[in-house]
Amino acid sequence: MMLLPGMALLVIFQYVPMAGIVIAFQDFVPTKGFFGSEWVGLQHFEFMMNLPDTATIVINTLVIAVMKIVLGLIVPVLFALLLNEIRQQGVKRTVQTMVYFPHFLSWVILGGILVDVLSMNGGAVNRILGWLGIGPYFFLGDPGLFRGVIVVTDVWKEFGFSTIIYLAALSGINPVLYEAAVMDGANRWKQVWHVTLPGIAPIVVLMATLSIGGILNAGFDQIFNLYSPLVYKTGDIIDTWVYRAGLLDMQYGLATAVGLFKSVVGLVLISVSYWAASRFANYRIF
Amino acid sequence: MDRYHSNTYRLFYLLNIMFVIGIAAVCVLPLVHLMAVSLSEKGAANANLVGLWPVGFNVSAYREALANEKFYDAFIVTIKRLLLGTSVNMLLTFLMAYPLSKEERAFPYRNVYVWLIVFTMLFSGGLIPGYMLVSQLHLIDSIWALVLPAAVQTFHIILLLNFFRQLPKEMEEACYIDGGGHFTALFKIYLPLSMPAVATLILFSMVMHWNEWFSGLIYMNKVDLYPLQTYLQALLDQTKKAITIDDARHAAEASRRSLYSAQIFMAMAPILVVYPLLQKHFTKGIVMGSVKE
Repeated sequence: MMLLPGMALLVIFQYVPMAGIVIAFQDFVPTKGFFGSEWVGLQHFEFMMNLPDTATIVINTLVIAVMKIVLGLIVPVLFALLLNEIRQQGVKRTVQTMVYFPHFLSWVILGGILVDVLSMNGGAVNRILGWLGIGPYFFLGDPGLFRGVIVVTDVWKEFGFSTIIYLAALSGINPVLYEAAVMDGANRWKQVWHVTLPGIAPIVVLMATLSIGGILNAGFDQIFNLYSPLVYKTGDIIDTWVYRAGLLDMQYGLATAVGLFKSVVGLVLISVSYWAASRFANYRIF
Repeated sequence: MDRYHSNTYRLFYLLNIMFVIGIAAVCVLPLVHLMAVSLSEKGAANANLVGLWPVGFNVSAYREALANEKFYDAFIVTIKRLLLGTSVNMLLTFLMAYPLSKEERAFPYRNVYVWLIVFTMLFSGGLIPGYMLVSQLHLIDSIWALVLPAAVQTFHIILLLNFFRQLPKEMEEACYIDGGGHFTALFKIYLPLSMPAVATLILFSMVMHWNEWFSGLIYMNKVDLYPLQTYLQALLDQTKKAITIDDARHAAEASRRSLYSAQIFMAMAPILVVYPLLQKHFTKGIVMGSVKE
C-alpha cells in the first residue's frame, strides 16, 4: 500500500522502456509508433555486426573500462594505506576533505576545468611540462593520448571517494594483531604485508568483483564532456555512439539494438559477479 | 612505542605526509586556479598570466554572468528541479524502504518486490526506449521529465532499508500497542532514528539533481528550459568545437575566459557550501551502507 506510488513509477519508467526494446527489431518510425512500425527481425543486429564502428567502440569501451577498474582499485588502496599512517588528525581530516571533493562535481564542471588546464594554448599542465622541457601535448585532441587522459582524470575525480571504504576497513583491523606482529619482530613493512593487507583483502576482492559488472560502462558523462571528433578513433564508447546514432542521427532501431546488446552483456556480467561476491565474500545487497 | 622512532620510519613519515598533502593539493588546485581566473581582469586571464591568485582582482565576470538572462533562467530551473526532485525522491524512498524492511512473515512477497526493484539496477531498456517513453507521455519540455524518470532511487531504498533493519523492533511494537499505525511508526520512530542515513540520502539526491545535465539536454527542446548544468554544457560544447589543432593555437575562443570560469565556478559554488556541512554524515552513511559484517 505504501509501495504503490513508487512501484507505479518504477513500472512506468523502468519496465515500460524494457518493453520498448522491441524497436530493436523494428524499422521504427516515431509517427507510426510501436505497433505501426514494420518488423525487420534481426536485421539491425546483423548490420551491427558488420559495422566497422562496432569493433572500435567495443574495444574502446573495454580498454577504457578495464584501465579504470584496475587503477580505480589500486590507487585508493595505496592512498588509504598512506593516509592511515598519518597521526596528525587535523592533517588527515583536511586531506580527506580535499580528496573527496571532486567526486561531488559534475563532469560538465570538471570538463570545463580540464579543457582549460589541459589546453595546448598555455594550459597549466603543458606549462609545467614546458618547464621540464617536454611537450606541449594536445591531450584532448590526440587519439594516442586520449584514453590515458580519460583514465587518469577519472581516477583523479573518484579515488578519494573510494578511499572512504578502505579507510573504514583499515580502522576495523584489530590492533592486537599489530602488537602480536611486533612481538614476533615484524618491522613496518612486514606489518603492512602480514597484517594490514590481509585485513583489507576481502573488501578489495569484493570491490573488484562488483566492478566487473560495470565493465561496459566506460563513463558516458566524462567522455561526452571531453571528447571531440578528433578522438573518436580511440575515445568513442558504446554509450556515446548510441547517443549519436540514436538521438542525433535518428537511427532508433539500430541504436536500440546496440544498447540492448550492451544491457544484456552487462546483466550477465553483473549476475555472475554478484553471484561470485555472495559466494566468495558472503556479500548481499539487502 | 618503539616502532615509531627509527630514523627510516621518521623519514618515511615525513615524505609520506608531504606526498599525501601533495596529492590533496592536486585535487583542489585546478579548482583554485579556476576561481583565480574568474576573479582576474580580462586581459590577464586571456594572456594566461593567472596562476593560483587573481591578477587585477575584480568581479566584473560575475556581474556579467548574472546579468545574462539565460544563465539566470537556467539557475531557476535547477533550483525548481532540485526542490521538486529531492522531495519526490525522499518521500518515495521512505515509503518504499519501510515496508521492504519488514520480514517476509509480516509482509508477504517482500522478496519479490525487492527483486523487482533491484532488477532495475541491473537491466534497463536503454537510452532510446527511455527517450521514446518520455516523448510519448508528452513530458518533453516539462520539468517532470527531469524529475519522474529518476524518482525512484533504487540504491537509496536499499541503503535506507538496510538501516531500518538494524533498528530495534521493540520501539515499533510499542508504537502499535499505543495505537499507532504504520505511518506513525515510519514518521515518528523510524525516520527520526535514521537521521544520519537520511542526511546522506538528501545530500546525494540534491547533488544528483544539481549535477545532472543529460536529461536536460535530451528532454528539453528550448534553451531557456535548460537546467544550469545543461546550459553550461551547451556553452562549453560550443567552445570545445573550436578546439581543433589549428584553433588551439589561436587564442580567439579564449577571449571570454574569465566569464566562462565565473559561470563554472558559480555552478560549483553551492556544492562547495553544502559539502563540508554534510561530510561527516556521508562518510558514516557510505560505510554503513557498503561495509557490512
